[in-house]
Amino acid sequence: MSDQDFLITVDGMKVRAKRGQTIISACDAAGVYIPRLCHHPDLKPAGHCRLCSCYIDGRRASACTMPAAPGMVVVSNNEELNNDRRVVLDMLFVEGNHFCPTCEKSGDCELQALAYRLGITAPSLTYQWPKREIDASHPDVFIDRNTCVLCSRCIRASRDVDGKSIFGFSGRGLGMRLNIDSETKLSDTSFAAIDKAAKVCPVGCIVIKRTGYRTPIGRRHFDKAPIGTDIEACEVGDPE
Amino acid sequence: MAKPRLATCSLAGCFGCHMSLLDIDERLVELLDLVDLDKSPLTDKKEFDRPVDIGLVEGGCANDHNVHTLRQFRKNCRILVSVGACAITGGVPAMRNMIGLKECLEEAYITGPTIEGKGMIPNDEDLPLLLDRVYPSHEVVKIDYFLPGCPPSGEAIWFFLKALLTGREPDLPYRMLKYD
Ligand code: SF4
Ligand code: SF4
Ligand code: SF4
Ligand code: FES
Repeated sequence: MSDQDFLITVDGMKVRAKRGQTIISACDAAGVYIPRLCHHPDLKPAGHCRLCSCYIDGRRASACTMPAAPGMVVVSNNEELNNDRRVVLDMLFVEGNHFCPTCEKSGDCELQALAYRLGITAPSLTYQWPKREIDASHPDVFIDRNTCVLCSRCIRASRDVDGKSIFGFSGRGLGMRLNIDSETKLSDTSFAAIDKAAKVCPVGCIVIKRTGYRTPIGRRHFDKAPIGTDIEACEVGDPE
Repeated sequence: MAKPRLATCSLAGCFGCHMSLLDIDERLVELLDLVDLDKSPLTDKKEFDRPVDIGLVEGGCANDHNVHTLRQFRKNCRILVSVGACAITGGVPAMRNMIGLKECLEEAYITGPTIEGKGMIPNDEDLPLLLDRVYPSHEVVKIDYFLPGCPPSGEAIWFFLKALLTGREPDLPYRMLKYD
């Protein structure tokens, strides 16, 4: 533990953190999983989805944007917070069109995996069946907005990592949609399948063509162990 | 003591969930020791004539006949279970929900690329009336339990039924909870 490091408490466990580190990244390094959807370790935090919402020193805040501070007390894994997470997931399911049995992302999808982890067997809200556009124009990448959860990972990746700013949002609330370079087709942009933005989508919205259904059922990412297990398997150092 | 009674139906589904039930193989014998199979496509019994303990519903509601059957099940089954993606989300049949019924029928019967000559939308009075969209079962009647999957594995169905029949909460273990 360097001089700069300090301790916070998360669900009763001591977690070591560094100055400037967010709560979620300190927890990840310590093997404590906080559910998240818009957060991606390689991207700037956005605080969009509210799935990581925790009690931080008694107040609700998102663990992916909140910097850790010495002595902070964080509660993430309790029934109230997990129920709120279930409602957020429910909303994402009914506000989009999710047909898991036919989706290329099934088994590797973070939305689905979070619902599994939180034990959702059916949504508690009414399906909306919105009309969403598909963009199959690009030779290597397919966009199916039916499953977009508006997490902005692709926007941040394209802007901050690829230096292209191909994606954006348009509209607000229920009418909010993923936009491509203000209303063009994906094939008219400089987007490439090797871009970071092509690899970070948590759901089946941005998919690389000709790669679907390759991994047999039973061997996909979340078939055997819940999402977060890899983080929980991290070695937790003695926080002293 | 009389055995609990089990009923099943297939609404807007593909019968895959029923196939998966049969997939429990030799445990079918054990199941038939535990329950009396009542109204079901497997018994071909047409109407309810006594109360049933557990009803399994495959498929959502795509037409008025599905709604009628589902209501009959709700009326006659003490515990009603939505089995499979179609019953729980509408599933593959609900893919028409974002398109609209009229447009969908026109594409299928009049303007679609496989139509030869002048097509026509079937309109026989014996055909069940299609609903404006496909509804998950719980949007039509109260459902007590949900067993997701497309189909749920035989193993999951067996685990679920055994739990219900022995009075335990049917909480699926992680590897059996699947949406596909
Ligand atoms: S994106 Fe995920 S939740 Fe949505 S249909 Fe695909 S697998 Fe299911
Ligand atoms: S396309 Fe994928 S990465 Fe982009 S906002 Fe939608 S869900 Fe997020
Ligand atoms: S859930 Fe799948 S297997 Fe069951 S009826 Fe629907 S399509 Fe068939
Ligand atoms: S992961 Fe923190 S708000 Fe989305």
